[in-house]
Amino acid sequence: MKRRVPLMMVFVVSLFMVVQNFVPLDEWNWIYQFLLDWTMIIGILSLLLGMWSLWKVHTQKIKRKSENYGYSFITLSGLILMLIFGFFPGSGGIENYWYRSFFYYIMVPIQATMFSLLAFFIASAAFRAFRARSVMATLLLLAALVIMVRFVPMGPLSPIVSDAAGWILKVPNLAAKRAIIIGVGLGAVATALKVMLGIERSYLGRD
Amino acid sequence: MKHKLRFAAVLLFLPLIFSPLLAQEGEEMQDGLLAEMQIEPPPQAVITVAEDMPNDGGHKLTVRWEFPKEFTSSVVRFEVYRAYSPDGEFVLRGESPNDFYEYLDIGDREEESPNYMPNDSSYYYKIVAVGTEGVSSESEVGGPYKTYGQWFHTGKVPLLIAVILFCIFTIYFVLSAKGGKELYIRPLAGIEAVDEAIGRATEMGKPILYVLGIGTAAEIATIASFTILGRVAKKVAEYQTSLIVPCYEPIVMSVAQDIVRSAYLEAGRPDQYDEDSVFFVTNAQFAYVAGVNGIMVRDLPATNFYLGYFAAESLLLAETGNAIGAIQIAGTDQVSQLPFFVVACDYTLIGEELYAASAYLGRDPLLLGSLKAEDWAKGILMVLMVLIILAVLLGWDAPREWIRVNL
Repeated sequence: MKRRVPLMMVFVVSLFMVVQNFVPLDEWNWIYQFLLDWTMIIGILSLLLGMWSLWKVHTQKIKRKSENYGYSFITLSGLILMLIFGFFPGSGGIENYWYRSFFYYIMVPIQATMFSLLAFFIASAAFRAFRARSVMATLLLLAALVIMVRFVPMGPLSPIVSDAAGWILKVPNLAAKRAIIIGVGLGAVATALKVMLGIERSYLGRD
Repeated sequence: MKHKLRFAAVLLFLPLIFSPLLAQEGEEMQDGLLAEMQIEPPPQAVITVAEDMPNDGGHKLTVRWEFPKEFTSSVVRFEVYRAYSPDGEFVLRGESPNDFYEYLDIGDREEESPNYMPNDSSYYYKIVAVGTEGVSSESEVGGPYKTYGQWFHTGKVPLLIAVILFCIFTIYFVLSAKGGKELYIRPLAGIEAVDEAIGRATEMGKPILYVLGIGTAAEIATIASFTILGRVAKKVAEYQTSLIVPCYEPIVMSVAQDIVRSAYLEAGRPDQYDEDSVFFVTNAQFAYVAGVNGIMVRDLPATNFYLGYFAAESLLLAETGNAIGAIQIAGTDQVSQLPFFVVACDYTLIGEELYAASAYLGRDPLLLGSLKAEDWAKGILMVLMVLIILAVLLGWDAPREWIRVNL
């Protein structure tokens, strides 16, 4: 029973989702939007679960004085301070000066820093990938070179390089991408069908 | 001679004397003509029909009218007005060029919208032909015309046929597999390496890191990753290695906790399950990367799994994993992230291979059957594509129209 009820719910809701795609009536669209809204509401409420997990893991680390437990102090301080700034009566919510300052002057620059690291990681990954150790790797290197130099002014060679880069992007690259996308589309339908029919039930966890 | 000169002078001055009078007469004539032109409005348009637009919820009407073609040049545009009753207030809905006698009136389905157009309602229209000199003529009020929603989107018939065919394939192959038919599945290097990767971590006495990506629990990639997590967790429990699952989404965390717990139970080692091994980090993308990278450099896992939905963080994670020397198995359905994983990881599951992984790992006939159906669908799709391309190249366009989905 514990397993049958969720499976029935999954079947009914997913069947509705499939059918509503073919029914343009307003009433069906309303139910569809209603279900989507509920997913959002559940998602927001589940943040409490996440916060509880974060609290538990880090308090345990502090209690046990695990290695690097100082970071747990910083994590929990950030959590508590942002909660106080955001929820304290009369604090102004997300308009609170300290809340905004913490967000814009600490969180945003740190996230931007993390994102900027990507440039260096791309360079190191490209260095490894473009080593011409085989015919295929050499082809990859050549294709990458053409793509990279297409915006470099090269006098009379520029239009030729630009055309070659355009061809690589629009023909072999796009063909491979489309093949993957079609496969992904079919795979997604198959997985959805497996979930709907109860063939795939690992997401339900314990029997 | 004197008379001749006088006569010539008179002849010369005559036009000058009469020219104002002639000019005045010309102006009067012109004014008269203009007045006539301005007074004469263009002929009336005649509304022939206003049809409900098919395949929607009943918020679109196509209004058509007739207008004498010889007067097209005397009209600048047509204005379309709509009211709820013949005597009601007519509101301008839009315009149409002088040579186009049709207008698609599109309303909104939301009641709060100022452009709200309720379905199952009657509407009245009138067309105003605006003339070149600003004089216009109104048509008779046409109506009532009704909008109504449809029960089936006829533009999606090819899609429905494809879905039904795919379902038939799946059910057929699932039943065949259940009946004991041997189904051949091409081996996947990334999946074959799972056991080896877990064994390596066990030998080294280091943990295994499993990243489910930044997708929600509703993403297909995350659902596929849940299945693989279950198999990995079972093996981890059997080998008595430790597992770390940092989560980006609280619901994903909750499901992952349940999956790992049940895997330990299935392996007969429920006592070894550590609830804190599956935990929430944050749902800020780069903060999550910082958290997971921190775990990597501190705990030095021997094996990293990145399976699920990934975006810009894919390379940040995979390169850090590469730097610490972990064996890495990745898989995502995000085409733009695949090159990063291919470069930085030892094995990569490309696109649908991620979805298929659960069937490979479990060898469950039901899952294998659905995988076979997928392969058949792909085969048919390929043949169909080649045939349609050939047909179009040979100048036969009809097959292309048969499979067109009109959204």
